[in-house]
Amino acid sequence: MEKLLEVKGLKTYFPIKKGVLGKKEEYVKAVDDVSFYLKEGETLGLVGESGCGKSTTGRSILQLVKPTAGEIIYQGQDLMKKNFREMREVRRDLQMIFQDPYSSLNVRMTIRNILLEPMRIHGLYTPKEREERVKDLLEMVGLRREHADRYPHEFSGGQRQRIGIARALTLQPKLIIADEPVSALDVSIQAQVLNLMQDLQEKFGLTYLFIAHDLSVVKHFSTRVGVMYLGRIVELADKKSLYNSPKHPYTESLLSAVPVLDPDYKKERIILSGDVPNPKNPPQGCAFHTRCASCMEICKSERPPLKELAPNHLVACHLY
Amino acid sequence: MADMNIQVTQHTVPKKKAGPWAQTWRRFSRDKAALVGAVLLGIVILLAVLAPFLPLDDPNAVNLAKRLQPPGTDGHLLGTDELGRDMLSRLIWGGRISVSIGFFAVGIAVVFGTILGLIAGYFQKFFDTVIMRFMDILMAFPYVLLAISIIAALGPGLINTMIAVSVVGIPYYARIVRGSTLTFREMEFVMAERAIGASHFHIIFWHILPNCLPPLIVAVSLDVGWMILAASGMSFLGLGAQPPLAEWGVMLSEGRKFIRMAPHVSLLPGLALFCVVLAMNLIGDGLRDALDPKTKV
Repeated sequence: MEKLLEVKGLKTYFPIKKGVLGKKEEYVKAVDDVSFYLKEGETLGLVGESGCGKSTTGRSILQLVKPTAGEIIYQGQDLMKKNFREMREVRRDLQMIFQDPYSSLNVRMTIRNILLEPMRIHGLYTPKEREERVKDLLEMVGLRREHADRYPHEFSGGQRQRIGIARALTLQPKLIIADEPVSALDVSIQAQVLNLMQDLQEKFGLTYLFIAHDLSVVKHFSTRVGVMYLGRIVELADKKSLYNSPKHPYTESLLSAVPVLDPDYKKERIILSGDVPNPKNPPQGCAFHTRCASCMEICKSERPPLKELAPNHLVACHLY
Repeated sequence: MADMNIQVTQHTVPKKKAGPWAQTWRRFSRDKAALVGAVLLGIVILLAVLAPFLPLDDPNAVNLAKRLQPPGTDGHLLGTDELGRDMLSRLIWGGRISVSIGFFAVGIAVVFGTILGLIAGYFQKFFDTVIMRFMDILMAFPYVLLAISIIAALGPGLINTMIAVSVVGIPYYARIVRGSTLTFREMEFVMAERAIGASHFHIIFWHILPNCLPPLIVAVSLDVGWMILAASGMSFLGLGAQPPLAEWGVMLSEGRKFIRMAPHVSLLPGLALFCVVLAMNLIGDGLRDALDPKTKV
């Protein structure tokens, strides 16, 4: 399959001003040299703990946060080089689903207006067709057409998330970046929303970049999985090989923390010592070396590159 | 599986409820104190609007034979002032000017304050620093002094008073709006708009501004009273409306000289001011309660 989107060496740094006149600048390296690609119709899961830069990666791709450096190639065009107008055209293909269904809908607008917004901004369809489309979209995500006249506060979290999904679908995108779309929802509702997203993927041939911190959700949902730590991808592989034979020590410890539905199952939990280092001042060499059980001398000085261990299994670790 | 999803969600949405603005109105209309204020203000505005059509004496018709008549005199329900002008007529015509100064001054302040606050809060960085530091400078002046110095620069008069009083008000609105803008610009629905491709202008005016309105409406309703008082105060000091114009501040100032002989000449415009400001404050309090996000569903 073809590569739909390719991210090369993406860096997003946030400046922190110091001093009265804001002269001294330091940077939080939220995303530090991240590269991956998305094939058409697949789901790439991006996991990692809070603050590891997964959401920033998603936002950088859509230019919602201005990346510092790198290339984001969508269908042969570099999104980094596009101005506002050119970017608007691309936005029809790239949409986003947000984490918090309570803040992602404007409480002062009816659902109809929320769904009409994208079509109005892009000047698509006639008013009549737009009305039809709103109703179709609502039914597509499992709500009713009458719901169009209501306000967000009349809906539950799961329903609001469905509305958010409907909004993302309005422009018939090819790629959807789902930024922790279910982490704010109940477990029972999570399954519903995930199933809806999967149905829609089959129906419209969508490609997902699925950002999450819940490994079980990602396992259920993704075809390939990338693990992030402190703004870098440490391991990127097919779902099967990543879950069955994790290579990076960080991935191993993450997977060992996933609960297993078997009371007799005994497993060794790898408990990491210490905290995530401050991203303002990440450790030299491998970012993970401060907490790694198999840390070597080289890890402290040299940053490991992302190497292909097996076909479709990339790891950034000096062990291999 | 998809069919099952649809089934689950269909039963959980309650019957149609009103939108946020309609809910606010419902809460407001249940607030008795606010309604009293609204009725009071309604009467004042009605009288002011209808002044030319009411059977009133000319507010500037001088009759020196009938100076300082007490209220209840024949033909002069509220008496006359030191030049024998009908008090009732002057009060109503004066209300026209005083109340409209209050609303216009707030209007000017709101428009400029909101625009500045939106720009500062949304674009931040350079704009924020420049605009808000300038607002800080304006706020650092004692407001009466600031108003007086603006009038001193522009010259006394009704329009200039209005401008002076509204300039004093601008920083307050800029701050309120900037504060709400800072909150809302970080919310995901703004991010969603940007992901769709909405322009900054569109986001500011169609998404952030409507969300900033509740605190703004409260501030406006509380400030109209304050602005009426401030404008009348300027007139009282001889900087605003000039005699013989019927304006409550001017009337107070002129009546002051006769306060022992004929207290009604200064008392009546004072009472009128008091009523209007009280009405505005009651409405403002009611609106604040009605718009309070904590009571929001």
